[in-house]
Amino acid sequence: MTWLEIRNLQSVRVSEIPVIPIEELRSETISRIKDGERFVQFFGDKTADGVVLYVVLADDNASKLFVTSSKFVSETAYQSITPEASSAHLFEREFYEQFGVMPEGHPWLKPVRSGIPGIDSGEKQYEFFSMEGEEVHEVGVGPIHAGVIEPGHFRFSCHGEKVYQLEIKLGFQHRGVEELFIRNAHRPVYLEKLAESVAGDTVIGHSGGFIRAVESLADVAVSNRAKVIRTIALELERIAVHLGDLSALSGDVAYLTGNSVFGALRTKVINTTMSICGNRFGRGLMTFGGVNCDVTPELHDRISSVIEQLDDDAALAAEVLFSSASVLERFEKTGVVKKETAVAIGMVGPAARASGVALDVRSDHPFGGFELIPVHKLTLESGDVFARAYIRFVEIKQSIRIIREQLSRLPVGELKMERRELASGSLVVSMTEGWRGEIAHIVMTDGDGKIRKVKIKDPSFNNWFALSLAVRGEGVSDFPLCNKSFNLSYCGFDL
Amino acid sequence: MLDLIKLRWKHGNQAIPDVRKATLMKTHRGFPDIDESKYHDDWQKVVDVCPTGAIAASPVSIDLGKCVFCGECERASGGAIRFTNDHKLGCTDRSRLIVSSGTGYEQYLGAAIDARREIHKMFGHSLKLRQVSAGGCNGCEMELNACSNVNFDMGRFGIDFVASPRHADGIVITGPVTKNMAHALSDAYKSIGEPKIVIAVGACTISGGAFAGSDQLDRKFFDEFKIDLYVPGCPPHPLTFINAVLEFIGRG
Repeated sequence: MTWLEIRNLQSVRVSEIPVIPIEELRSETISRIKDGERFVQFFGDKTADGVVLYVVLADDNASKLFVTSSKFVSETAYQSITPEASSAHLFEREFYEQFGVMPEGHPWLKPVRSGIPGIDSGEKQYEFFSMEGEEVHEVGVGPIHAGVIEPGHFRFSCHGEKVYQLEIKLGFQHRGVEELFIRNAHRPVYLEKLAESVAGDTVIGHSGGFIRAVESLADVAVSNRAKVIRTIALELERIAVHLGDLSALSGDVAYLTGNSVFGALRTKVINTTMSICGNRFGRGLMTFGGVNCDVTPELHDRISSVIEQLDDDAALAAEVLFSSASVLERFEKTGVVKKETAVAIGMVGPAARASGVALDVRSDHPFGGFELIPVHKLTLESGDVFARAYIRFVEIKQSIRIIREQLSRLPVGELKMERRELASGSLVVSMTEGWRGEIAHIVMTDGDGKIRKVKIKDPSFNNWFALSLAVRGEGVSDFPLCNKSFNLSYCGFDL
Repeated sequence: MLDLIKLRWKHGNQAIPDVRKATLMKTHRGFPDIDESKYHDDWQKVVDVCPTGAIAASPVSIDLGKCVFCGECERASGGAIRFTNDHKLGCTDRSRLIVSSGTGYEQYLGAAIDARREIHKMFGHSLKLRQVSAGGCNGCEMELNACSNVNFDMGRFGIDFVASPRHADGIVITGPVTKNMAHALSDAYKSIGEPKIVIAVGACTISGGAFAGSDQLDRKFFDEFKIDLYVPGCPPHPLTFINAVLEFIGRG
């Protein structure tokens, strides 16, 4: 057996995962990717006598995941997978950076966050791709940007106003989150709060992903009531950020009506989240075994009235925004990512769906409340800023429908279950459709059932490269608009 | 066109008329009221539940510079610690962020901000701030952005975020300060002309918060430069930030 077949949130013994030679892992992975499977994770794990590389692939149509591993005892190199399957490129760079195992023949082996092993990670060591020629010039932006946003460095190679190449250097936000999970494995409450802070704009998404992983390891079933409340919170998070993005996209094309109106709508949604759990971003809601806060009949009516009002208001605002010629002029055919490109580089989330890639964890690998309700996958074709903006509006409508449906059938049940011991020597893959796309948390336990490895992939890890490709051939001045249309997380990438 | 008019009409005026008097909904977790006598078990149990080590047992107190306002201690102490919706938490003295049992909100507020005359003179009518995210999770950043939106409209007081440190009167820091941002943060601060102020926003910035103790941080900036205004929270509500700044520049 070369692969172990599992499902989202299915806890398995680590000893059941096949260990195969790296050459076989490489050829197997490449052939499966060519057959339409997709990387969910690709990560290393330090053991007593070497490094184990785990690969998790998804067959989304069949709702299946496949795991395998390969062990490096004294070998320090292997033949890179990236030339054959480009979606492996960042995973291999990360694996190299963390464990020093060289993917030979990797076309772009640069630091991901903190530096290549044995080489100083200082600013001077990072070599940007550079172009030469008459009238070719470079524009460097960051790490500190003009607005109130997270840091990252963008290096444009331009000819006049036209961008030939954009290189994105991240890692400035690296806080050592995965390490903190292990160091504090004995403090379960802390771990939940840390999961909330992986990316502060995806509190419910990340804390939900981590907590469901731990619940699976503890074999604890959450009540349907708690599942419904979690689902409502996740969809409110999605609506809020999408509204914020529509506001910011309007702002970026100087359409101030959209900027104000969508911004005000977002405020109402995050205040609704605060009415549930006391925090505008959903902090404090999620906990092991369920939720900390109930949806009382009074709250039920409040949420209901907010989303019904929003349904009308968002539709009107979107009608005005998407029929404005000055807005469409900037949105349409700007920053195009073709479907083939999106598939090749392994994009996820709304950005992928805007390019016609039908991926949605809620539908492909249902988790939590989505085990109870089907979610229809929504896609658009054009892959431009317009599509990435419009899909947000479509998803807001969809999330409103989901919340409406969930509220109408709020079942009775326990709010939360007791904490329990975790299964020993196990691994679980927990995938969540956050508002940015697929979040993957992998949690492994040791022989005593203590957490010994947490591997987190924010959807930004999949999608940053898409931004580089989207701006090729565009004017430099379209960069802010393209960037906003993805709205990727710096800290989620940097962890 | 008709739709546009309808939209503008429905949008109406969203601005909070007086941000100084505005109150937050009951569920908001703001200032913690501590009544030590209400909890009869071992306070160490409550201390242990706190994710960021913000609670001390004797005497019972919460350090708002570490607190992430998660509410775990409220449940663990059976309500002996109770988070009120009082949101004006800004403070100019690190030691005053430690709230002990029996300290009421009014008492905290009375001593929290030392509004100096020279600060009012220099920045009372116009304060331009350069924000630097140094390992922030984007929570504080989103709330700081919200300060300038149509609801809170901080610009009405002449307080704005600006792009260049050369245009700024001070720096607003979010995040625990990662190694990879330490240099850029220091550069940005040094690029601001004198006199200048330092505002630390959120538990991460003030104490490292949930990231305290990580090997990937470099907090030497705070050894070198003094923080003038602390804004606690995780993240602080826009009204917490705006009111803290207004008090600080003598316009509270």
